[in-house]
Parts: sequence; C-alpha cells; structure tokens
Amino acid sequence: MISIRNVGKRFGTFQAISDVSIDIQRGEFFSLLGASGCGKTTLLRMIAGFESTSGGQIMIDGQPMADVPPHHRPVNMVFQSYAIFPHLSVRDNIAYGLRKQRLTRSRRYEMVEEMLDLIKLPGYGTRRAYELSGGQRQRVALARALIMRPKALLLDEPLGALDKQLREQMQLELRALQKSVGVTFVLVTHDQEEALTLSDKIAVMAAGRVLQIDTPAGLYETPVSRAVAGFIGHMNFFAGKVSRPTPGSAQIEAEGLGRIEVDAQGLRQAHGAKVVVALRPERLVLGAAPPEAARNVMAGTVLTTAYLGERRQHYVKVDGMAEPVAVSVPNQQRDGQHAVEQGQKVWLTWSDDACVVLDHA
Amino acid sequence: MKPGTYISQPNTSLRLYAVVFMLFIYLPLLILPVFSFNSGLYVRFPLEGFTFNWYLALLNREPVFAALGNSIRVGLTVSILSTVIAVFAAKAIARNRLPGSGPIVGVIMLPLVVPGIIFGVALLVLMSRLGVPLSLYTVTLGHIVVCLPFAIATLLPRFEGFDLSMEEASADLGENGWITFWRITFPIVAPGIVASLLMCFTISFDEFIMAFFLGGTHATLPMYIWGQLRFPTQFPSMLALSSLIILTSFIVIFLSLWIGRIGLPKSAQSGIFK
Repeated sequence: MISIRNVGKRFGTFQAISDVSIDIQRGEFFSLLGASGCGKTTLLRMIAGFESTSGGQIMIDGQPMADVPPHHRPVNMVFQSYAIFPHLSVRDNIAYGLRKQRLTRSRRYEMVEEMLDLIKLPGYGTRRAYELSGGQRQRVALARALIMRPKALLLDEPLGALDKQLREQMQLELRALQKSVGVTFVLVTHDQEEALTLSDKIAVMAAGRVLQIDTPAGLYETPVSRAVAGFIGHMNFFAGKVSRPTPGSAQIEAEGLGRIEVDAQGLRQAHGAKVVVALRPERLVLGAAPPEAARNVMAGTVLTTAYLGERRQHYVKVDGMAEPVAVSVPNQQRDGQHAVEQGQKVWLTWSDDACVVLDHA
Repeated sequence: MKPGTYISQPNTSLRLYAVVFMLFIYLPLLILPVFSFNSGLYVRFPLEGFTFNWYLALLNREPVFAALGNSIRVGLTVSILSTVIAVFAAKAIARNRLPGSGPIVGVIMLPLVVPGIIFGVALLVLMSRLGVPLSLYTVTLGHIVVCLPFAIATLLPRFEGFDLSMEEASADLGENGWITFWRITFPIVAPGIVASLLMCFTISFDEFIMAFFLGGTHATLPMYIWGQLRFPTQFPSMLALSSLIILTSFIVIFLSLWIGRIGLPKSAQSGIFK
C-alpha cells in the first residue's frame, strides 16, 4: 500500500534518514519506533508530503509521490499538537476538508455527526477548540482526518501529550477504531510499550536507519541486533565466542553463562566469531538453593531489588561480569514467599531456547 | 492571612503611585478640552463661561476640512501600506529561521528611538537630492517610516504565536496555499491586522514633524493647527480642534488595543503595547 524505497533525507550536512525501505500493507497498524531524533517523524512527514526526499521513492497505491504536493496526497495526518483550528467550531474543524467534495449541507452535517459518534463526542459539534480537553482534541483531530477516507492515516505521537491513564485508554480505543474503520494506520512513537500494544508491525529506527521490521512478538523474542534487543524491553547481555568443534554442534563460551549449547543450524556465526548472548530477565529462573539437575546455571549474590507491583526485578552480581544480571520474578503471592534478601546467594537457571545470539557490535 | 495571593496582595502605596502617574500624564492634556468650552479668548483661570462657539466656528472654515481631508487620505494610505509591509516582515521574522533576525528586528524598530526630526531632515535631504517635489506623497513616505515599528510590534506576537502545523493541517486536508491563507492564516491573524491598521492611522493622523518637513504647501491637520497658532484669536478654536483629535485618537487606539488582543493566549500578549 505504502512503499518506501531506499529513501534518504539530508538537512545540510546532517543525514536525517539514510536508505530506508519499508512496505506497509493495506489495513495494517504500522509503527515507526525510535528515540527522539532517529528520523521517524521526518519519515512520516515525507509520506504526508511536508518534507521532500533527497533520494529514493515513496509510492502510495503504486503511485509515485515525488511530485504530489501534500494537498493532493491520499493520506491524512493527526499532528502531534493536534492543530485544531482555533477559530472554528468542532463541527467546522471536522468538516474542513469536505469543501472540495461539493456535498449538500445536510449530507455534510450527517457525515460530521457520524464522525462525532465514532469518536464518542456526540453533541460536541458547536464547541470551540479551547473548550476541549487534550483527549477530546485528539479525537477531533482523528475525526477531521478520518472523514476524508484516507488511504492511510498518519499519526505523529498522538498520545504523547496525554497523561498515563488517558493514554492507555486511548491506546485501546485507537486500536479498536483502526480495526473498525479498516484504514491503514502509520504511527510514530518513542514509547515501545505503545508500539507493542497497538501495532501489527513495527519498524525500529535509530540514527536515520531501520534496524528491524517485525511483529511485536518477533521484535521482542528474536531481535536481530543488540541495538533492537536493548531498545525493546529489558535485556541482559553476555559477551561470548562461538566454537564449532564438529560440523553438527555449536557452543558458545560466554562470560557469566559459561559454556552453552546452541542450535548449530540456527547459528549464523562462524567458529571463533565474537557474539553477544541476550537473555530476558523474565526468562531467568531464580532459586535460593543450588538446582539439582540443570544444565544452564550461574550463581551470584543479590545486589538490589526493585519492587514493580506485578513483579520484582532483582539485580544479581555474577562472578566474571561487570554489569549485574537482571532477573524478573512475578509477584504471585502476596508477600513474596520466595522473596530473596539483599546479599543473599542465589542461583539462576534458564532453558536453552531462552538465549538469543547476536553479532558483537 | 491578607486577602489575595502572595504576588497579588493589595498595596496602597503602589495604588497611590498609579494615581499620581496618571495625573502627571493626563492632567496637562485636560487643559485642552476644558478651555475649548470656555467663552473667554485667553487660557487663564478663572473660566469665564460655557460655550460651543469655538466648535461651531470650526464648521465654517474651509481650510480645516481641506486639512482634515489630507490627513485622512494620508492616514488611510499609510495604515494600509504599513500594515501590508508589516505582515510580510512579521511573517518572515517569526517563520523563517532567518539568520540574524535579532539585529534585523533591531533595525526595523530603530525609528522608535531615533528623533523624528533627524528622520525628517534626512528624508527631506534625500527627496531634494532626488528631485522629488514635496507633497502628500512624501509625507506618506515619512509616516510609513514612523508607523512600521508599531505595525510590526502589533503583528509579531500574532505570527509568533501561530502554530505552523495549522497550515500543514489545512494542506493535509486538501487545501492549497492560497485557500489555506484565507481559511486559516488570515482569520487567526486578522485581529492583529485590524489593530495595526487603526494604530497606524492614528499615528499618521497625529504626526507633525514628518508632515512639517515633507509636506511642502500641503497641510495635514496638525500642520494646520501649527499654522493657526500665530493668530491669538484663533487659539480657542484650535483648542477645540485639538480636543476633537485627542478624542478620536483615544477611541481608535483603545479599539486597536482591544481588537489586537482578541484570541491571543495570555502568554503572547506581550510586546510594547501590553
């Protein structure tokens, strides 16, 4: 639907975006995720037509967009500031883009009322922008764009200005809205949780490049690089080295973890390659006594514990490791029967498939 | 606790100061209307009697109306031209990341602090060098120089407070630049434009020095008054005329300040005319 081919953007000597290629399918909820300054907003504005490309091509429905100005592109945008027109009522804001469609007054009124129902603000048509709360402005901005029946709706950090509870509520509503109208959504966000919650697919960006495009589960479970692994959720990293004693087997000698067996077919790296083994805190199992029969085990002492409500995160000092290892334990019992104390000796175990092997970078 | 918050406590000495301040500025001005209704010829107490005659006398003088016509024509031209120029200037200063926009604003605001007589003489020399005959056109030119800083100071907060994504949103919803200007930019900036028009008109209407240097034989209203001051018998009528001018100016300036603040957020209501 939206096809971005080798697109670059240069501001003077600053390369904001380099060689980005992304394909967004019809009806997909697609997110561009990255820290501020990674080029995600610039990319979105290039799709909308507010920034030119310095190379490559953007196509919407097979049409090259290079010479199409913003007001002729079949996409609409929800701005970060919402950009609600202050001199117009909610109704006139929502109907703003309908002028060229030469509809009758009553048809236009009908369409606006439908939109007000859709965004759950019935009866708000005559309000002015300054009479609306942040969440309401955001809904009006959504309605104003959706009434145009765009091929894709572009959202620039639309939930950034809302407080946490409202943001979570709007995330659910946004997801439901997207499913009900079936329009392709392209969302820019720096909030990984938001991206994971909302998206069918996510492109992780850093320094103007796309690091990985995958489903939320794909990104979380099988990151392709250390940067992605570190950006999405919490991750423990262990530096190591590949050894392939026979063609059918592979092992990694990693600091802290010791020697671990890995799937020889699945491993890309050659014998002797430097790698990083990534292990999620919740994939580690914490025990207060040495395990009886576990292949993968490391011992350490608890440095600190963070209480996070639904779980505790323990930071464990493991011999041979500079950084403490994070272990996440769900709080299934009220006062944590299995709570461990600071300074206590503990043992961490994990299953073979918990490890993700990444290139050393 | 005293009523009011920490920074808005009632303060008697400050109030007294404010009253004295207002008296100092406006008491001398009050002399004009008071004596314009006095039946005596001379400005001295005690007042002799109440009369409308000085005002009625104005109606029978043709030169008054000629000068009034000149002032209005110059005022309208000056206010429109200054405002148009100021709209572009304010837009450029507020929008484009103009290199050195600080010094540029400084230069534009310079006529506020340079004595009018210096600008008047400079323009007079320039005009005579260029061989341009003095007329109402040269007065208009001088007035534009005087009015521009005021016009820009009125319009700049409008453009600085303008969220550029408004225009982008309009483009995004299918409107081209021209329609976007009329549907979005102009309505949001309009109160500033009206305020600037009114402000420039009053300034031009009251201005004397430029008119004196650049007017040649064509008198504006302030020049006419100046000319008549030589004749003692005309003095009360000039008081009447001046009172009328002050009244009009007050009304127009109040209108302009009031309109200029419509729809501006509190934080953007800064600048010279707060």
